[in-house]
Amino acid sequence: MVAIILIIIVVLIVAWYISAYNGLIRTRTHVEESWSQIDVQLKRRNDLIPNLVSTTKGYANYEQATLKKVVELRNQLTAVPADDHQQTMEVSNQLSTTLRSLFALSENYPDLKANTQFTQLMEELTNTENKIAYSRQLYNTSVANLTMKIHSFPSNVVANIHHFKASEYLQVPEEEKTAPKVNFDDFGQDK
Amino acid sequence: MLYDQIAMNKRRTGYVMVGFGLLVLAIGAALGDLFWASWQSGIVIAAIVTAVYMAIMISQSTNVVMSMNHAREIKDVSAAPQLWHLVEDMALVAQVPMPRVFIIDDASPNAFATGNDPQHAAVAVTTGLLQRLNREELEGVIGHEMSHVRNYDIRLQTIALALSAAIGLLVSFSHNWFFWGGSRRRDDREGNAGAIGMVISLVLILLAPLAASIAQMALSRNREYLADASSVELTRNPQGLIMALRKIDDSAPMKEADPNSSALYISDPFKKKQKFSDLFATHPPIADRIARLEKM
Repeated sequence: MVAIILIIIVVLIVAWYISAYNGLIRTRTHVEESWSQIDVQLKRRNDLIPNLVSTTKGYANYEQATLKKVVELRNQLTAVPADDHQQTMEVSNQLSTTLRSLFALSENYPDLKANTQFTQLMEELTNTENKIAYSRQLYNTSVANLTMKIHSFPSNVVANIHHFKASEYLQVPEEEKTAPKVNFDDFGQDK
Repeated sequence: MLYDQIAMNKRRTGYVMVGFGLLVLAIGAALGDLFWASWQSGIVIAAIVTAVYMAIMISQSTNVVMSMNHAREIKDVSAAPQLWHLVEDMALVAQVPMPRVFIIDDASPNAFATGNDPQHAAVAVTTGLLQRLNREELEGVIGHEMSHVRNYDIRLQTIALALSAAIGLLVSFSHNWFFWGGSRRRDDREGNAGAIGMVISLVLILLAPLAASIAQMALSRNREYLADASSVELTRNPQGLIMALRKIDDSAPMKEADPNSSALYISDPFKKKQKFSDLFATHPPIADRIARLEKM
């Protein structure tokens, strides 16, 4: 009888251990996946920037200095080692800010704004910028999930045995930090 | 909070199905009693009709709803780059698969989402919405629709729509039967009990469509507030949705919308005056929604 109970307990512990381990692996995969989503968008933007340069070539005096800075930052971004997420995002944030000011300045060039190729390119770049911001949001959410699992009992036991490490959060640029806090209490009042 | 909402929606879908199902069977019994003097056969026929109808509706819901609203599908990004990109963005943050995208040729700005679950969802917007709203505002609207998708509101709506349509079908079906001489009502059941039964049956048949539409409306109103809040949670930008709602409010009614699906739209497509408002309104007043968004 006692033997049976012991066997059951051992089986339960093993089953829990396996599921906790799989849970950690799954969460870590989410973090990796969401990083690769960011990476896809960064590459896409890097591919779009030469188009921006060639499209604006005909407009000789179009913000040469800013454009030059964009190209420099792009080249700098490709030079950053692939696994250095923090530095990649730092350069990427600078590039985002510069691109944004470039877009704002395009208001002063009516004939450029009338160019369909340019407006298409603007849409593509805006889309890529938004996707970078949204994938970063997802990345940080999945990092938070992993961190919680690594530090909370009992899954931290498994995490320690298998040396799971928490990933670092990606820094969000100052101007995007002012996100409003959504309060659902006001909304669900007559449900 | 969100997961509570999703669980509650799934539960409510269950309640709606059971409640409407019982209503359908009661109507079937009433019709059977009235026209064939046999409530049992009424129930059987009602059950069969509803089951067939539901099966068709659930497997085809998106296509049916879209064709009722004269929407055409766009298959890739080139047809409407901005719209397509925004739907991609919102699907990304809401963590649902990319839904199908439809456009309705109508100058009035409006939008809706439909489908059985996030894996089989569709979003439709009018050409007026694309023309009048800027990127930020459009993002707020798409965020709202994507919240309906993620929260399983779309499934609840689809089922409610299908069930109330089934009730309408049953009632008209038996009317026709009655007028074409199918009545087999035997005269030996006259008398008090028979008369009372007949009155109850008639009342039930007359009230059924009304009950169906009230239930559908009540279900949809609170969902709009929640979808507004979830949209801001996705976009982190309440201003976009506020401006969008103002523009949608300040426009002419839609021409292409289907009356049965008006509860699906982000704002009432027919712009009915909300006077003796709340019971029959499918949507909360826009001013009220804006006020709640401004508080965030």
